[in-house]
Amino acid sequence: MMQEFISITSALLILTGAIFMLIASIGMIRLPDFFIRISVLTKASTIGLGFMLVGIALYFNHMSIFLKVTFMLVFIVLTSPVSAHIISKAASHIRIPFWEKTDLQDYLKADETPDDPKTKKSSYGGRKKNST
Amino acid sequence: MKFYEVILMVSMFILVVSATLVAYRFIKGPTLADRIAALDLLSAHLIGIIALYAVFSEELLLMDAALILSLIGFLGTMSFAYFLIHKKE
Repeated sequence: MMQEFISITSALLILTGAIFMLIASIGMIRLPDFFIRISVLTKASTIGLGFMLVGIALYFNHMSIFLKVTFMLVFIVLTSPVSAHIISKAASHIRIPFWEKTDLQDYLKADETPDDPKTKKSSYGGRKKNST
Repeated sequence: MKFYEVILMVSMFILVVSATLVAYRFIKGPTLADRIAALDLLSAHLIGIIALYAVFSEELLLMDAALILSLIGFLGTMSFAYFLIHKKE
């Protein structure tokens, strides 16, 4: 009885994670812009992989697998948002074009008031107003 | 146990289909940054596929491969982003 309960729970967790990753990859196809598409990346890694790995650890019910899954989860939750932020920062630096319906008011305002008053440079890539 | 294997097959199928969709974005992607983002997502899908295969074949060692891949994927993304910034001076 207990064994069946554990296996059904783990199957449902794995299926939930797989469905989350399918939704993320559909978003990777359908979304219009790079800067909108980047938001998909962290959801697939953290939520999808998180559910799947917890389900797998429940199924194996073994101490070493539990330790490995814990380490993987901590590492993924730490690094996935960081890598998404780094990619979007690099893309903003090399001026990848925005979607035409994106509201750029705050972005251009941050460009006009620079972070560093000595070099007159902002850390947002220095995009000109008319070069969207 | 039969139900569990059916669910595992279905999730493996879903993962392979979504990896194909991400690979389409990797091939088509208009800019280099799109390709890097797709590569990061592909490595996440690969970790999931390897972990599921570990359940299929009951090999505990495959979880080590998934663990190493999760470390390598982050390093790859970071180095590609560094290359993207310093490509043209």
